[in-house]
Formats: sequence, C-alpha cells, structure tokens
Amino acid sequence: MSQQQVPTLSATTIFQRDNPSVIVVRRLFKHRSAKLGMFLLMVLIICAVFAEQIAPFDPIVPIKGEKRRAPPCIHLLGCPDDQPEHLMGIDGNTRDQFSRIIFGARLSLRIGVATVSLAIVIGALLGAIAGFVGGWLDDLIMRSMDVLQAFPGLLLAIAIVAVLGPGLINALLAIAIIEIPIFARVVRASVLSVKELEYVTASRALGASELRILFTSILPNSLTPLIVQGTLGIASAILSAAALSFLGLGAEFPTPEWGLMLGEERNSVFNAPFLVFFPGLAIMVTVLSFNLLGDGLRDVLDPRLSHGG
Amino acid sequence: MTQFLLRRLLLVLPVLVGILLVTFIITRLVPGDPCYVMLGEHATEASCNDFNARFGLDKSIPEQFVRYALNLLKGEFGNSLKDRRPITTIIGERLPMTIELTVLAVTLSSFFGILLGVISALKRNTIFDTLTMLGANAGVSMPIFWLGLLLAYLFALVLKGTPFQLPPSGRLSAGMSMLPLAKTWGLQDVTGIKAFLLALLSNSAIMNGLLTGNYALTFDALKHLILPSVAVSTVSLAIIARMTRSALIDVLGQDYIRTARAKGLAYALVVRRHALRNALIPIVTIIGIQTGGLLSGAVLTETIFSLPGVGSRMVEAILNRDYPVVQGFAVVIALIFVFTNLIVDASYAYLDPRVRVK
Repeated sequence: MSQQQVPTLSATTIFQRDNPSVIVVRRLFKHRSAKLGMFLLMVLIICAVFAEQIAPFDPIVPIKGEKRRAPPCIHLLGCPDDQPEHLMGIDGNTRDQFSRIIFGARLSLRIGVATVSLAIVIGALLGAIAGFVGGWLDDLIMRSMDVLQAFPGLLLAIAIVAVLGPGLINALLAIAIIEIPIFARVVRASVLSVKELEYVTASRALGASELRILFTSILPNSLTPLIVQGTLGIASAILSAAALSFLGLGAEFPTPEWGLMLGEERNSVFNAPFLVFFPGLAIMVTVLSFNLLGDGLRDVLDPRLSHGG
Repeated sequence: MTQFLLRRLLLVLPVLVGILLVTFIITRLVPGDPCYVMLGEHATEASCNDFNARFGLDKSIPEQFVRYALNLLKGEFGNSLKDRRPITTIIGERLPMTIELTVLAVTLSSFFGILLGVISALKRNTIFDTLTMLGANAGVSMPIFWLGLLLAYLFALVLKGTPFQLPPSGRLSAGMSMLPLAKTWGLQDVTGIKAFLLALLSNSAIMNGLLTGNYALTFDALKHLILPSVAVSTVSLAIIARMTRSALIDVLGQDYIRTARAKGLAYALVVRRHALRNALIPIVTIIGIQTGGLLSGAVLTETIFSLPGVGSRMVEAILNRDYPVVQGFAVVIALIFVFTNLIVDASYAYLDPRVRVK
C-alpha cells in the first residue's frame, strides 16, 4: 500500500510545482518585504474603498465652530470627552485632517495606477515597435527615450505642466510621459531577446502574421519585467504627483491630495507640525507599500535579478 | 584613456542636441505670448512687434532654433526676457549654490551609503542589516519636501537653544556678505570664460569665504547647507546602501574570494582589496545616476529652504515663460549630466582595466 502511495503523492506535488502562478503567490506570501507591502496596500485599499464609511467628517466642507489648525484631539490620550474627536487635528480651513487623509488614499491610488497604465501602454507600444522593426525606427525611438531620461524627471514634468497648464490631469500626463522610457526599454529588451528564438520562427513558418507573432509570442515575455517595473513605477508616480501638487502645479484647492495638503500648510510647520507630518507620512507609507511589493515581485518572478534577497 | 573619453563624449553629443531640441520645442509650446507676459496685458501691437523683432521672435521656428544653437556655440546664451540681464550672469549667480548643495549631497550619500551597505553585507541577516534595509526602503519612499520640512522643524524649533540648532532657511545669516572677487582682486576687465569662472568662484559662499580668508562666511554657508543637503541626499543614500549591499554580497560569493581567503589573507584585507574593489563598478554607476536625481531633488529642496539656486530659478522662469532662461538652464543641467557621466565612465576605466581595452 505504502509503495503505491508514494508515487501518487509526488505526482500531485510535481503538478502543483509546475503551476507558475501558484508558485509565485506562495513565494510572495513567504517573502518578508512583499508580505509587509501587501499588508500596507490592503489597508490603503480598504481606506480608499470605504472612505465614506471610515472618515468621520466631510473631506472638503469646513466644520463650523472649530478653531483653525487645532491640534489633534484623541479621547484615548486624554482629550476631554465633551470635545469632538479629531485624530489628526484641524487644518487651516477648519477641515478634519484625518478625513482628508483617508479620502487622499483613494486619490493617490488612482493617480498611481492611472499614470502607470498610460505609461505602460505607450511605452510598451514604442518598445515593441523599436525592438520588432529595428533599423532607423529603433534608433529614433530609443534616442528619443535617451533624451527624455537625460533630463531630471521632476524638472521635465514641471516644464510639461507649464506647457499644458497646472492641474491634476495635466500633472498626471506629465508624469506618465517621464515614465514612458522605463517601460519602452523593458519591452524592447525582451522583444530583442526572443524575436530570433525558434518558436517565433516556427510560428512564422506556420503563417502567423507579424502582428499576431508580436502579440501572442513576443509580448507575453515582457509581462514579468513589466509587472515588476509597473509596481515600482506606481511608487515613483505617486511621489512625483505629490511633489507637483506640493509646488502648486498639480491638484488644486480643495482636493484632498496629500502633496497639496503639505504644500498648503508648509508655512505652518513651526506652529502646527501635525498638518505637515501626517500627509507626508501617508505619502511615505503608500510609496513604501508599492516599493516593498515591487521588490518582492522581482525576487519571486525573476530570481536572476535578485541579489541575495 | 583620452581616446576612450573622447569616444564617450561623441556618443553623448546627439543626446545633447536632443535636449536642446526638446527644451526649445517645449518653451515654444508654452501657451501665452511672451510679449504680453513681459510687457503686460495692455501692450500695443506696435510695441509687441518691436519686442518680437528685438528678441528674434518674429523669425520662423526653425530659424530661431538654428540662431539659438549657433549663439550657444559662441557662448552667447542671450538675455532674460524679464529683466534683460545676460543669462550667463544669472547662471553665474545661481549655479554655485546648486553645485555646493549637490556636491555636499553626493558626498554625504556616497560615504554613508557605502558604509551602511558594506556593514549590512558583512553582517547579513543580523538585526543591523534588517534595520538598515528597512530604513533604506523608507528612505527611498520618503517625499523629500516632507523630510526637509520635518528637519527644519526639528533643528530650528525643537533643538532651539542647543548646540544642534541649525538655520531652517536662506543661504547666509543676516549681516553676512560676500566680497565680489573680481573687484577684490582687481580683475574687473577680465571677459569671456575667465570672467564666468571667476563669477562662479565669487558667488560660491564656501569658496568665497576660503579665498578671502573670511572663514566665518564659509562656516555660515556650510551651516545653512546641512539641512538641505541631508534632505536631498536621503533618497540616494538609501539607494546606494542597497546597491552596495547587494553588489558586495554578490562578489563575496565568488570563487576568487574563497581563493584569497584560502591563501590565508585577513578577512578585512580580502573585503577591502578584493571584494569592495570589484563591487565598486555598480556602485559608481548608481552614484552617477543618482547625481541626476539630486538635481531634481534640488528643485524641491531649494524651494523649501529658500535657497537661491538653479532649481528655484528654473521653476520661476518656466512659470514666467522666460524662454531664454529656461533654455540656458536646461543646457547647463544637460552639461552637468554629460560631465557626471564622463566622470562615471572614466572611473570605470580606472576601476576595471578591461573597459579601457574594449
């Protein structure tokens, strides 16, 4: 009996090991920083989805009768019970900062995902054309990418916003543009690495059109690096968007955007430091969660790239 | 070696032309007529035609570009549309501050980044390593404008009255002034590149203090730069620490390290001579890349700490649609990039003899 059981057991384990997505998810849950990243991201997503339920006040309408820039009032920490609770204090427009931070999570996640999606679509397209067609088109595209990257990212974004006019949407476009080269390079590299392989030749011999080869045989190979770079790209996009809003070139009053909140209150750092501390902390935690998850994904998806975890 | 560097320089030229083209196109796409921006909304058509003719804005766009590029080759950057001052003068005033900030930040981040990375790699998986890498992750994720504000709060308010108190903004304390070097040394009639270099030296508070023997000035300038450079260097420090750790761990696993140990060499010597030297190439690369990032960070840092540098002036020029100033500063920043890349390439050749032969 036992002799029969052994082969069946190993057969199932072999079957499970061969399913790549199962392996990836399992490894991801074992990876220390990925675990922390996923946990933080989960908290943020819950805040974003249930913002209306979690936030005790409206993020935009000022609360009547509150003192401007009143420090946090937390009942557990000895704030008198007869006063309304404000976990992170009141901002310069007598709005509850905690509620604004919660609603800000929704905006920041949207900003990150939207810019990176746009950058990936354009970047992947340019990279695929450059790698697949080659020749002067490749040179033209890749030298343009060089030029985009040869300029400090934030300065270029500021210049683009100056052309398009200030505003959140334009800021997002600018950030998407400065992130395009990363994705174009990633896709071009993987296109180049597989385009001469036998299975591509085989599918050409079978009569597949160039476009079909590109989409079914070549592009899926760039998926792994794109997922990793995309996750890390979300982190830097959120950071750049916050910086633009901080400089007054992104989100506008009264949007609960963390960078803008910091920018609006930056002159009160000496008398109301909590109005600067919390929005920045929120930015950091969000960016950190994507960075940790991205690092984890890189280790798990492409062990060659990781240097000792 | 010279040939190697010259070849690298040639490779960089198309990118430089591209940068010129991009800044030229962007500045021309900015909505709003520079004439109305500069002369006010009530400018008449005649005065606008006059204005456009004076600054060459009436020519076709390609003509304007060629004219601009030719002038650049002659070292003529043109004048600011706003206050008519020569752009070389403005660059001479603003660049030293940013160079001081960047050099200080690169030094801080390289020194502490490599130090922390090496210790982390050698004490891999200890509590020190875990904490450093967690700190590095937090450092990479930190908005530097936030860090700058918190540092200003901590060192200017919380630590007020202690020896650790530091000024939260500005370049020099009230009452401190710099002597113009050209006048002090009687070199007013110097022109061209020499005058420009002299202006750079003269407007660098640190160098000015050292050269005129006014050490209080140098010290004061350094004190004002501590918080900004810490803020601006944090991100690259974290990246360099991570890179150093992973590069060193990689190298320590190589066969030649085992050989060196087997020969009986002391571990410290193996790490210093054999491991670190080989790990330096990726580290130097990342430091080079980070220098570009530091310039981006300088924009935010200069804004927070009210420092008169290139970043804050460039933002001002972009918002004022002062085309020539934006272009001039873009060229300067591009040159700094090229220069940094050349230094990085030269250090490859120094660190890795194989590169020189290729």
